[in-house]
This record gives sequence, C-alpha cells and structure tokens, in this order.
Amino acid sequence: MSVVPAEVLPGSVLAVDETARPAAAELGPRARLWPSLCAVYRAQLSRARVARIPLLFVATFQSIGIMILMRGVVDGGAEAQAVVAGSSVLVVAFVALNLLAQYFGQLRASGGLDHYATLPVPPAAVVLGAAGAYASFTVPGTVVTALFGCVLFGLPVAHLWVLVAVIPLAGAALAGLGAALGLLAPRPELATLLGQLGMSAALLLGVLPADRMPEVVRFARDLLPSTYGVEAFARTFGPHPDWAFVLGDLAVCGVVGVVSLAVATWAYRRAAVR
Amino acid sequence: MSTRAAQALRHSGDVVCAVRGLTKTYPAVRGRRGTPGTPEVRATDDVRLDIRRGEIFGLLGPNGAGKTTLVRQLTGLMRPDRGSVEILGHDIVRHPERAARILAYLGQESTALDELTVSLAAETTGRLRGLDVRQARAERDAVLDELGLGPLAGRPIKKLSGGQRRLACFAAALVGERPLLVLDEPTTAMDPVARRAVWSAVDRRRAERATTVLLVTHNVIEAETVLDRVAVLDRGRVIACDTPSGLKERVAGEVRVELLWRDRAPLEVPEVAALQDRVVESGRRWTLRLAPEEARAVVATVTGGAAFAALDDFTLATPSLEDVYLALGGAAQQGLVKA
Ligand SMILES: Nc1ncnc2c1ncn2[C@@H]1O[C@H](COP(=O)(O)OP(=O)(O)O)[C@@H](O)[C@H]1O
Ligand SMILES: [Mg+2]
Repeated sequence: MSVVPAEVLPGSVLAVDETARPAAAELGPRARLWPSLCAVYRAQLSRARVARIPLLFVATFQSIGIMILMRGVVDGGAEAQAVVAGSSVLVVAFVALNLLAQYFGQLRASGGLDHYATLPVPPAAVVLGAAGAYASFTVPGTVVTALFGCVLFGLPVAHLWVLVAVIPLAGAALAGLGAALGLLAPRPELATLLGQLGMSAALLLGVLPADRMPEVVRFARDLLPSTYGVEAFARTFGPHPDWAFVLGDLAVCGVVGVVSLAVATWAYRRAAVR
Repeated sequence: MSTRAAQALRHSGDVVCAVRGLTKTYPAVRGRRGTPGTPEVRATDDVRLDIRRGEIFGLLGPNGAGKTTLVRQLTGLMRPDRGSVEILGHDIVRHPERAARILAYLGQESTALDELTVSLAAETTGRLRGLDVRQARAERDAVLDELGLGPLAGRPIKKLSGGQRRLACFAAALVGERPLLVLDEPTTAMDPVARRAVWSAVDRRRAERATTVLLVTHNVIEAETVLDRVAVLDRGRVIACDTPSGLKERVAGEVRVELLWRDRAPLEVPEVAALQDRVVESGRRWTLRLAPEEARAVVATVTGGAAFAALDDFTLATPSLEDVYLALGGAAQQGLVKA
C-alpha cells in the first residue's frame, strides 16, 4: 500500500520516474501542454475581460487620436498606409507588450507565480496561455482602428483580412517580449516602465513615416519586432501588394515571436523557483 | 498492493515528509537611497521534522518566525542552502518539480486567482492539476458545495471579503486530490462558519483518504484545537515539537496571570515592584507565569490596598501554547494570536 492508493489519484496514468528510488510513492499526473494551455488561456481571457476592457478602449482611442492628428500632416500615399498600419499594430503593442509586462511583473513580485509553480503544469502553457489571451484581446481594437484608418485616409479595405495573420504573429512577438520583460525585471515598477517604453517605441517608430527619420532611429526601428508587423500590413494597402515581401515581414514576426516566447518561458522557469 | 508500494511502506514507515538539517539564509540587502538596507536573515535554521501519514501537523510561530520560508522549501518553491526534504520517498531538493505532483499548496497570496470568478479559479486549478474538463467541473462543483461557496461561485474573487477570498483559494487547492495538503495560514480573516467549513473538509479527507495536512498558523487557539502535533518555530529554529497537550504539560504547574493597569503599573507598591523582572510587558498589560500559590498571592496583593486603585482588570488562566512558546524562550512577545 502506498501512502495514498494510486486509484485515488485522478487520472491514474501514473508513472514513477526511473531515477526515483524504489521506495518512492507514485506521482500524480502531469497536466499536458495543450489542455493546460487552453485552461490558462480561458482563465486569462476572462480576467482580461473583467479588468481590461477600459484599457482596450484607451488603446483604441489612442490609436484613433494619433491617426486624426497625422491626418493633418500626411495626405495619402505610402505615408498614410504607414500611419494606419502603425496605429493598428500600436493597439497590439499596448495590450500585448505593455499590459502583459505589467501583469507578469506584478504577479512575480506579489508571489502569484507560486500558484502556478505548485501545479504540475508546463511553463510554456502558462506563458503561451497568457500571451495568447492578451493577443486575442487586442483583436477588436485593432480591427476598429484599421477600419477607421481606411475610411479616414481613403485606403482600400480589400486586404484587411491580412490582420488574421498580422495580429497573431505581431501579437506573439510583442507578447513574448512583454512577458519576458515582466518576468526578468527585478522589480515590478521596472517591468511597468519597460513595458511602457516598449509601447512608446512602437508608437514613435511604427507610426511616424520611416523616410523622415535619421539613420540611427531607422536602425532602432529595424530592431523593433512590431515594425515588421506594421510593414507587412502597410504593404497590403497598395494596388498590387508584393505578397512575397508581406510573407517575409510576417516570417520575421513569427521568428521573433518564437524566440521571445522561448525566452519568456525560460524567464518564467527562473522566476518560479527562487 | 503493488510490490513497489509495499516497499514504500517498509522503507519509510508512516513518515510522509522528512526534513533534515534544513537551512536557508536570506542575503543582506544593501540600502538604496531613502530605504534602509536589511541584514542577513537566517529564516530556516537546521530544521528537522517528521510528518506522519494522516496527521494534521502544525507549524506555530509568531510573524517572521520563518514558517512561510520553511513551507516554500518543502513545496519546491525555494531551494534550501543546506539540508534535505523527502516527501513520500521523493527528494524534493533535487527534484523540486515533483512536489507539484504530490501536494497541493495554499500560499499566503492569492494574486494569481484574484480576477477570476470563484468557479473558474477552482476549475482552472483542477485542470492544471491534470484533470480533464469533465472531472475538473465535477470536482469543482463538489468542493464549492462542500464549502458552502455555491452562492458566490459566479463572483470574482477580488470582490469578496478577505475571509471569503481565503475560502475560495482553499477550494481551488482541494480540486484534484493530493495526499498532502500544505496550507499557509488558511483561516486568516475567516469567520467561524468558514473556519468550520475548512476544518470539516480537512477532517473528511483525512478520514476517507488518510490525507496528511501541514498547517501553518500563528493562532494558538487554532493550534490547540485542530492540530495533532505541532512544531513551535522561533527565529527559524524548531524549539519544540509535540502534541499540543504534551507541550502544555511542560508548563502544567503554572498559571498565567494577566494584569491590566489603568495607566501604569504602581511600582511604588513593593510587592508590585518585586514582580517587575518576571513580567512580559506590553503597554498597560502585564503577563506573568507563576506557580499556583504565587499566583494566589499576586491576586491577593493587586486586589487589595494601593495596587487595586491602579488596576483596571485581571485574569487568571491555565497555560496555553502561547505560554509554552514563551516558556521555551520564544523571543517575540507579540505576534501570536488568540482568537
Ligand atoms: N524574500 C525575502 N528576502 C529577505 N528576507 C525575507 C524574505 N522573506 C522573508 N524574509 C525574512 O525571513 C524571516 C522569516 O519570514 P517568513 O518565512 O515570511 O516568516 P513567517 O511566515 O513565519 O511570518 C523574516 O525575518 C522575514 O523578514
Ligand atoms: Mg508567513
């Protein structure tokens, strides 16, 4: 008889690690990646719904306000495309980068990570679930901003469907970055600050037309993952979009997304056991 | 009975959790501008414990005694500097990730669940403990029902009172059965009804499944009424470990006298002045542990003559675990709660 009969444990798909000593009791099941990712996603989406709707409005109004301001400066052409694309992706940056950095920074500082760390859940499920929820949460704001921009600047709406790829890929890149910043920052105020700086960078470097920037700033712009989401989206407003370039930009977003989410997962592991 | 399980019984007897020489020191923090630094703190100091199967084992100590630091090392959340932790035969220092598959932990903080509804918090926790959707929902409903949380199921945890919030987090800890429950001050801020719900849920699991419970508390009444055995913790060290009644026997020959003065002790009365180096003083309150005949003499003194004019109130009581703590040389004069 083990200390608790195996039949009592849920699931009972019980395997004792080979390295465990023979005297060791059987372990409870691990939560598998996909189901636990879905559970975290669902929980995070529900808390975002309760607590973050006002912030989504703020993000959307901020982007719409910027477009109205820029209306006086640029008139049509490539610059207008860049402004609309930049303002739309800015909503993603606001929520996925800024708010997620804040969330993980506070969760870590307040000991909230203990809850997840004492559940047999893969770290990737916690990070991806939260990142996915925050990225999905940006969808309505991004779509509204893009539509409003198209009307304001007289851009075609024919290829807005590309947002289906832009939001998840830019979302992955920015959410991964936000989660990593939040989990790595030594103090929660610093996490908040970094998230906000990241968002400001996305605003300045993504919305303002690139051609008018000095060389250094343009280099910084190339380093920011949101830039590639903006560029991919902006290209689709043209009369004959070059889909190869669109795909190339989206691929960069995707790669940055994979890398930053991997870093965030590593940072989570590190933060969970102190 | 499997061979492996039979071996488990033979090798470890009935000890669920064995702690040896556990030591953890928080490094000194240098002060920044405006904030003073903190010195190095040895929060767990050479702790040795054996927690047996099916018992409610308590860690009692004032705030800052190191209870949370100790349980965080047992749950794999914190790596000790030295020492070993073995739970059901698993080396938790070497394999901290296994703790999550053996025990359920209720921490002092609830921030991870705060913005979820009571029901979603319980369900999600169950799913992350490896249950499938159907099981998680069934267990969620059973546990919420058992704890009387049904009417609050749809409310966000953040919007509940402190005690209700604790109860909701306790519910989440129970979804997805575990042989060991580690509860860090579970009943803080709870009303008596909620406390009773917690203790009967714990008792039921112990009776039906021989669940073992490690309970952290700074409440002596709780410790005396619910614990089978208790380790008294002071400045990171276990200063005693026994049943509550066993501990109280150590001070059985004594009586506790509490004197509450109107504004200050009348030290001009020689009998009162003579007591001064034996009291534990906290504001206007004096606490004395005395042999019964001494206590009688003190009461006679303060209820007559000049001292009586300065006296507001007094009580005489048999010793509690708090007196045990003080008798054992516990350093904190406050921090243990009697409620
Ligand atoms: N993260 C930390 N860094 C430095 N010191 C800490 C930290 N956490 C706790 N301490 C110190 O360690 C001691 C024990 O704390 P803790 O384990 O929280 O006690 P308890 O749970 O019994 O109230 C206290 O002196 C506390 O100030
Ligand atoms: Mg504590």
